[in-house]
Amino acid sequence: MLLIRCPWCGDREETEFGYGGQAHVAYPPSAEQLSDDEWAQYLFFRDNPKGPFAERWVHAAGCRRWFNAVRHTVSNEFISVYRPGEKPAGGAA
Amino acid sequence: MRPGGASAGSAQTGQQHADHLWRHTDPKPSYDAVVVGAGGHGLATAFYLAKNHGITNVAVLERGWLAGGNMARNTTIIRSNYLWDESAAIYEHALKLWEGLPEELDYDFLFSQRGVLNLAHTQQDVRDSRRRVYANQLNGVDGEWLTPDEVAKVCPILNVSPETRYPVLGATYQPRAGIAKHDHVAWAFARQCDQYGIDLIQHCEVTGFLTSGNRVTGVRTTRGDIAAGRVAMTAAGHSSVLAGTLGLRLPVQSHPLQALVSELLEPVHPTVVMSNHVHVYVSQAHKGELVMGAGVDSYNSYGQRGSVHVIEQQMAAAVELFPIFARAHVLRTWGGIVDVTPDASPVIGLTPYENLYINCGWGTGGFKATPAVGWVMAHLVATGTPHALNEPFGLDRFTTGALIDEHGAAAVAH
Ligand SMILES: Cc1cc2nc3c(=O)[nH]c(=O)nc-3n(C[C@H](O)[C@H](O)[C@H](O)COP(=O)(O)OP(=O)(O)OC[C@H]3O[C@@H](n4cnc5c(N)ncnc54)[C@H](O)[C@@H]3O)c2cc1C
Ligand SMILES: [Zn+2]
Repeated sequence: MLLIRCPWCGDREETEFGYGGQAHVAYPPSAEQLSDDEWAQYLFFRDNPKGPFAERWVHAAGCRRWFNAVRHTVSNEFISVYRPGEKPAGGAA
Repeated sequence: MRPGGASAGSAQTGQQHADHLWRHTDPKPSYDAVVVGAGGHGLATAFYLAKNHGITNVAVLERGWLAGGNMARNTTIIRSNYLWDESAAIYEHALKLWEGLPEELDYDFLFSQRGVLNLAHTQQDVRDSRRRVYANQLNGVDGEWLTPDEVAKVCPILNVSPETRYPVLGATYQPRAGIAKHDHVAWAFARQCDQYGIDLIQHCEVTGFLTSGNRVTGVRTTRGDIAAGRVAMTAAGHSSVLAGTLGLRLPVQSHPLQALVSELLEPVHPTVVMSNHVHVYVSQAHKGELVMGAGVDSYNSYGQRGSVHVIEQQMAAAVELFPIFARAHVLRTWGGIVDVTPDASPVIGLTPYENLYINCGWGTGGFKATPAVGWVMAHLVATGTPHALNEPFGLDRFTTGALIDEHGAAAVAH
């Protein structure tokens, strides 16, 4: 089980959290102008790196707030956690 | 497994292994076809390339050891009771191949058609399960709906009492489903490939591709560049890493999936039991271990291990369904990395690169498809065009929207 640091509540066990996949995937600005291909990319394609990955978590059984994290997908080390609108420490993502 | 391949004869199975099942070869500078990944899918692809298409100047390249990936980590459940026509067609093709495979490969890998029960625990489960059974029957796939009493007849150790937290309200039953000894399946394919003269090369990681414009002309490996007329990617959980070297994005996410086995017990469990809702699947191996699978961990990972709470949940469900398991000891647990797609169906087909063919996204359920994957991938590589069985599973379905949504029948929460 992972130990995850909620930026508001501090270190909590993984079972308190929900996973939201890749972070910083913005809704396309002019969605009605997208080609089918671009729309498919937005809906179905996400990065899947072996290494640092910027992702979203929600502290579902705590403060219920969403936040971002950069985690290494092999070691599971959390390189940083940060609130929406903030930038990760170290400039990754 | 020791480096020479299979171990010597194993008493518990009665299977006598030859001292060696395949040669250890160094890569040649060029092949007609290169298969990336020596899991079951890669080995079956190479086998049917030789057997169905007469193409034998083939290498299978493996970064680790032969069949050391998900092939040796899965819970070996084989069934074809999927919902949609496209899935029924390919999984049933696989099951029919399995039924003749021990003879075809001349190897007794203990394929045992002991049936599978997929339990329903809610009214919605019941409706969905019955719908799936009707769909199976229309597709010529054996399947029936069983009431709790009928379920108890098939599997007497299962607790069908209405007192449990999520009572068993019934189950679908596919009698032709079963299990097989996964590593023996790999070795059986490997031995046949070897006899066709196919090179099986271990500890040879593909790190990128040789290209000429939009055409793939070979692979870069940790043992040098290898030219290839055609390249088949069967790298399971690592497909995105590999495709990424071409700047190609895949609609897959890699997650840890865990399994465990108990100590050896005398035969108690006659069939395979799966439950989507409380999330556990169990069979008993020939040797006697209870083999149990869990759900995937929620997060992306390549770490080949998962979280303890996932195992804890799975064991709690197992003990509630099978009270007699309560005192069984866990012998070992492990994880594999599975690549999950948005519609819980695999991707098999063409890529934007000429001569590069892809098979990935089998998530938690690709072992059962092993022979069919080999069949259609060999067709793809040999002819350059998809086989009717894999045509619906192309990458383009995410653009056309013709998804094959098998979350309900894929049976592992992801
Ligand atoms: C715990 C668990 C339980 C499962 N239970 C079932 C089940 O009951 N029934 C079922 O049908 N399916 C099950 N599965 C899924 C099934 O195991 C996989 O879908 C299937 O094995 C995938 O195909 P494969 O055999 O070729 O994969 P693998 O055996 O993983 O083969 C891929 C190979 O490619 C190699 N590779 C990767 N990248 C490279 C590279 N760059 N260069 C060279 N080689 C590379 C890997 O080392 C690996 O050996 C389970 C999986 C897990 C992890
Ligand atoms: Zn919190």
